[in-house]
Amino acid sequence: MEKTTFIVGLDGSETGARALAFAMDRAAAIGDCAIVICYVIEWSPFTFQTAEENRERHKRREAEIAMAHERVLNPALTMTRAEGFDIEGIVRHGDAADILDALARERGAKQIIVGRIGARGLKSRLFGGVAGRLAATASVPITIIP
Amino acid sequence: MKCFIMLKLHHIMAALAACLLPGLAAAQEAVSLDERINGIFADYTGWYVGFIFAPFPGTDFSWIALWLVVGAVVFTVYFGAIQFSGFVHSIRLVKGDYSDPNDAGEVSHFQALTTALSGTVGLGNIAGVAVAVSIGGAGATFWMIVAGLFGMATKFTECTLGVKYRNEYPDGSVSGGPMYYMVKGFKERGLPLGGAMAVVFSIFTILGALGGGNMFQANQAHAQISTVVGDYPGWITGVVLALLTFAVIAGGLKSIARVTEKIVPFMGIFYVLVSLLILLINYDQILWAFGQIIEGAFTGLGVVGGFTGALIQGFRRAAFSNEAGIGSAAIAHAAVRTKEPVTEGYVALLEPFIDTVVICTMTALVIVISGVLAQDSATGLYIWNAELGRITTAGDVSGVALTSAAYATAFSWFPVLLMVAVVLFAFSTMISWSYYGLKAWTYLFGEGAVKELIFKIIFCLFIVIGAAASLGPVIDFSDAMLFSMAIVNIIALYCLMPIVKRELHSYRRRLRSGEIVKQPK
Repeated sequence: MEKTTFIVGLDGSETGARALAFAMDRAAAIGDCAIVICYVIEWSPFTFQTAEENRERHKRREAEIAMAHERVLNPALTMTRAEGFDIEGIVRHGDAADILDALARERGAKQIIVGRIGARGLKSRLFGGVAGRLAATASVPITIIP
Repeated sequence: MKCFIMLKLHHIMAALAACLLPGLAAAQEAVSLDERINGIFADYTGWYVGFIFAPFPGTDFSWIALWLVVGAVVFTVYFGAIQFSGFVHSIRLVKGDYSDPNDAGEVSHFQALTTALSGTVGLGNIAGVAVAVSIGGAGATFWMIVAGLFGMATKFTECTLGVKYRNEYPDGSVSGGPMYYMVKGFKERGLPLGGAMAVVFSIFTILGALGGGNMFQANQAHAQISTVVGDYPGWITGVVLALLTFAVIAGGLKSIARVTEKIVPFMGIFYVLVSLLILLINYDQILWAFGQIIEGAFTGLGVVGGFTGALIQGFRRAAFSNEAGIGSAAIAHAAVRTKEPVTEGYVALLEPFIDTVVICTMTALVIVISGVLAQDSATGLYIWNAELGRITTAGDVSGVALTSAAYATAFSWFPVLLMVAVVLFAFSTMISWSYYGLKAWTYLFGEGAVKELIFKIIFCLFIVIGAAASLGPVIDFSDAMLFSMAIVNIIALYCLMPIVKRELHSYRRRLRSGEIVKQPK
């Protein structure tokens, strides 16, 4: 039988950590589960860049990915694995809601778990946060952690 | 030839330094300083400008315009009118339809296109068009559009090669452009002289960066500021712009460059919207204006040189505006990390379309409709001012001042907005070209802080000269330098176009077979 997969959106904030704790709690209750934690670096292909920024872009991208692993994913992976969970960490660039939903479909996940307010509080409140947009558009069930 | 040019350049620099330094210290001598710079400038560059724009033997058509047009036509035919057959695919690529999601976070096609457009959309579209129609009449617009459409194939060729033969360094940064495809592409095809051509191209790029990418920009920025705030010595604008540019390119004030690059696209969009609004208000004259453009294209409507006068001006200003065949876009586009170099060619072919076919045409239509070009009401022919060598215009102005006057007939506040736009466009183009020039400089002399600083100081010195000189000598020198880059670059493109064709065939085959597919949304 295929494992039940949860996608957890992490952004280094406290609510993100609570979302992961909730996923671990559910996984422990269900039994044979896989958790995929995903950190999304907000990025749009439709911004204006200088020639200098373009030239340095690849280097910057690599550095951003390395930093996300080092600061957010690795500590979470270490902690979760120590408790015996099957967990994987992924970093992607793009729109957080789109990426988390695409990842859920790609992995055949049962649900997406995210915190209600992420690290970008004010902007999220003004333009609709990741959780709000996922609730409106996600193709799998979504749990929003307060 | 190379030594001769360098020797001449050395003389120019020495003479300019001799007159600049005491002049800058004494503001009261400012007017005579401008005149002195003009005199020296015309004396020292006139011979080269004369050579570049010499007529083709037996005709009155300048050989360099012919060179660009023949090149663009050859590429159009060779690649099966790629600018038309590949237009829709180009739009899809820019929309990201074929972008691999795993490459998210790298430079996108949209970003590469807008960065390259920031370097080309600007004064060429505002001042260059005004110069073209004030000398070549409304008909120059027709030839500008034709040159823009053909130029799309040239841009496709050079940008595909720019990406294919760029250098990728261990730290992840990239350098590309004609210098690199001349060396690596020629080697791959077993052709001689690639290295020598790269050196000659680099010299011309440095001079082009100082000319069209610098002096013309400073000159027109000053012209527009003077139109709004009143006349004052050009060197003052020059010194301010030079200090700002120096702070960015040598002082590391990158935030100024970033802010400029982000405002410029919006300025461009706003310029297009205002143009559209003026055209909408005068919708009943649009057909008449197109009639003038087409009639003028084949008769000249009284401009000196008639048909060829209109044609030469149209081609010259189109090349100056969209830079197709010059090689600069290949440097800008090389930053994209695509697995398929030909996709960058597809994207780049949109540049001359947006720049020349759309934006330049709008400027030209507004100028024609506004009535700032004097016409004999009885014959409908333009009234020629032989002394100034152009059509008599309202206020006897040309360049950016003419565009400003044309737009002011509809909106009196427009000159102030245009002043801000022109200064920003000029500044962003200068920053872009300082990058192109620096790439060529380091290609010739090697990397190194002191070597780079020398180039940056020379670059900033030329801003002062450009702002102080009168339009005639500056615009001719700017054109001559850019066209010189095109001489070498187009030879290289002829030699390497079979490689581009191979890439294109392979890409199209995989597109048809379904190996390359649209990404699901």
